[in-house]
Amino acid sequence: MSIMTNMLRKQLRPAIVLTIVLCVITGALYPAVVTAIAQLVFPRQANGSIIKANGRVIGSSLIGQSFASAEYFHGRPSAAGAGYDATASGGTNKGPTDAKLADTLVAQAIDSVVKLDGGVKGQIPSDMVTSSGSGLDPDISPANAVLQVARVARARGAQADSVRALVDSHTRPRQLGVLGDPTVNVLQLNLALDTVFPRAKGGAQ
Amino acid sequence: MTANGWFQIALFSALVLALTKPLGIYILRVFDGTAGWLRPIERVIYKASGVDPAENQHWTRYAASLMFFSLASMLLTYVALRLQHVLPLNPQHLAAVTDHQSFETAASFTSNTDWQSYAGESTMSYFSQMTQLAFHNFASAAVGMCGAIALARGIAQRSAGKLGNFWVDLVRGMLYLLLPLSIVMALALVQQGAIQNFSAYLTASTLEGAKQVIAMGPVASQEAIKQLGTNGGGFFNANSSHPFENPTPLANLWQMVAIFAIPAALTYTFGRMVKNAKHGWALWAAMFVLFAVGTTAAYWAEARGNPIHAARGVDVDESATNYGGNMEGKEARFGIASSALFATVTTDASCGAVNSMHDSFTPIGGMVPLVNIQLGELIFGGVGSGLYGMLIMVVLTVFIAGLMVGRTPEYLGKKIQAPEVQMAMLYVLALPALILLGAAASVVLPDGLKGLNNSGPHGLSEVLYAFSSAAGNNGSAFAGLTGSSYYYNTLVGITMLFGRFALVVPMIALGGFLSAKKIAPPSTGTFPVTGPLFVTLLIGVIVIVGALTFFPALALGPIVEHLSMLAGRVF
Repeated sequence: MSIMTNMLRKQLRPAIVLTIVLCVITGALYPAVVTAIAQLVFPRQANGSIIKANGRVIGSSLIGQSFASAEYFHGRPSAAGAGYDATASGGTNKGPTDAKLADTLVAQAIDSVVKLDGGVKGQIPSDMVTSSGSGLDPDISPANAVLQVARVARARGAQADSVRALVDSHTRPRQLGVLGDPTVNVLQLNLALDTVFPRAKGGAQ
Repeated sequence: MTANGWFQIALFSALVLALTKPLGIYILRVFDGTAGWLRPIERVIYKASGVDPAENQHWTRYAASLMFFSLASMLLTYVALRLQHVLPLNPQHLAAVTDHQSFETAASFTSNTDWQSYAGESTMSYFSQMTQLAFHNFASAAVGMCGAIALARGIAQRSAGKLGNFWVDLVRGMLYLLLPLSIVMALALVQQGAIQNFSAYLTASTLEGAKQVIAMGPVASQEAIKQLGTNGGGFFNANSSHPFENPTPLANLWQMVAIFAIPAALTYTFGRMVKNAKHGWALWAAMFVLFAVGTTAAYWAEARGNPIHAARGVDVDESATNYGGNMEGKEARFGIASSALFATVTTDASCGAVNSMHDSFTPIGGMVPLVNIQLGELIFGGVGSGLYGMLIMVVLTVFIAGLMVGRTPEYLGKKIQAPEVQMAMLYVLALPALILLGAAASVVLPDGLKGLNNSGPHGLSEVLYAFSSAAGNNGSAFAGLTGSSYYYNTLVGITMLFGRFALVVPMIALGGFLSAKKIAPPSTGTFPVTGPLFVTLLIGVIVIVGALTFFPALALGPIVEHLSMLAGRVF
């Protein structure tokens, strides 16, 4: 019995003390040090790459937001909360043979692209009608953006060519030339639209 | 599939290869004590905790220390989560975590699984994330390394069962290796756009005038150790697909390299420990071949897209401007190639972080992660657990090779006899027993079926994936499954604990048994554990053991679903 208690004492003390000590080092000191350095060296990124206009927080360049009106480019369908809810990230988690995904979510999104942008079935860009993993995808594909140009130009009374040029100048190539895929950041593109082709006051909607 | 996609995969592979030797040498120096730049801090810690760093523990005591530490840290987390509402750093005033979810989460993070039945941004306070979950990310990774290092010492030495000192290995693994790497990694992620703050959630008024509340937090620090420790538990529900966790393709590359870095390096460390560096590289090669096969299959399947969605009008052909393929559950900035690669990497290792939703992969694309987990996560594998899982397969391979030529099998000069093979078989049988029994029960019991988000064969895949992920300590999910019920919290929680501790203890025992044996010099009859013949045989054993065990279940899940998809059938 005394061997047991001796063994217990020899094991329990380090188990408990090391749990506490290592928890303080890695759970408190480590994030504190990283936060201090990050806030000092990379304050913009560390605080969420926030975009402000006239002192008002518009959003984050990394977090997608909902766009529904005709004069803005639209992001991808979103399964985060009611759509682009940045406190409820997530995807649909519907499988490849799921009836709701195929016949409701994807099919309705396709119908909407056909109606709004004159998309042709069989040629709908794959990111345009599928939800992202986070539901907060800030980007769309260049093909997706190009398909929306005519509608946006019409709604703003602008030349399609000049809107297209704006899309091209906002198309980000692969990072370092090879990583990921080319993307268009929807919020940044829409902000540029508002600057270059301001909406008529009290215009549509 | 594009040349650029393949180039990204090749670039990733080259980075892992380049890191293996330098990091492997550093790990060797950490655990043999020659790296000593933090010695003063170490001494204070040992003094406070009553540890005699010179004590060389017998394997039974080494294993007991590991269990006591894991138990103490798991209890701390259970209590902290239950008391979350009264603890600090909770700007969103999140409530206490429920009892069953606290148990499961504590079990999940202690076992290096990081299976999450909660959504981080709406459940866990900054205090819980940092001081509990991130702490376990460090601790459980270090515990895994202890298991591997102890086994390696047993193979390398003759020491009558003594395997080193668990407490010293634990402290050194965390302070010398995980902590410095994490600081560098965290800052690299912040530089790319990952957030790191303690602010309350931010309210934005969007361009269209709506209100958008954006979750904040100390994300990058947790993200770094999540990958380096092959833990995988995301700060946010969407894990590494969330732009604040994984903002850019470059951040994504850092994350994937971080997952493989230590497991790959450990093969080199092991080779050096047993004075056969070529054997270490042979293990690396076997792992790499299996990784390459998995990546190819996943990339092919995802790039090909879903014919059911194509029939509805989606253009699945990749072009310069259209990603094509299956983009459901994937992020635009990563595209098909980086998403398929990440899914393979995270399940080859026992990480379980995801940058795209595996539940929405095509059947074959989703089967790759599932099979990776079921093979035992030994394709580089978890930090430490990958190496000891692979060594079990090596023992089996050597044993089978020995039987074929009718000689007593030997591994690196140590005779493999009944007790060693028994420990190996215990390991090989425990994993499928946990996976198949848990999954079988859940597709029969009403409580199990209640959690499904998909019907038809995909529903079976969801459950099979859940128990594979839990038993294999992966933590990724076919995330449609609602895992937050009493039933799943309890059963999955128990499965994770067995999947970790019922495997690591036999490993340490095996190390103990082997350490007691004398080292015989190699003779002409010794089966060489280097070179292509050995690598091929090893891969064969891994694939055959895995296939024989899981093929029937896979046939009813992803394989049937693949055929249904080709026939255009939906459920």
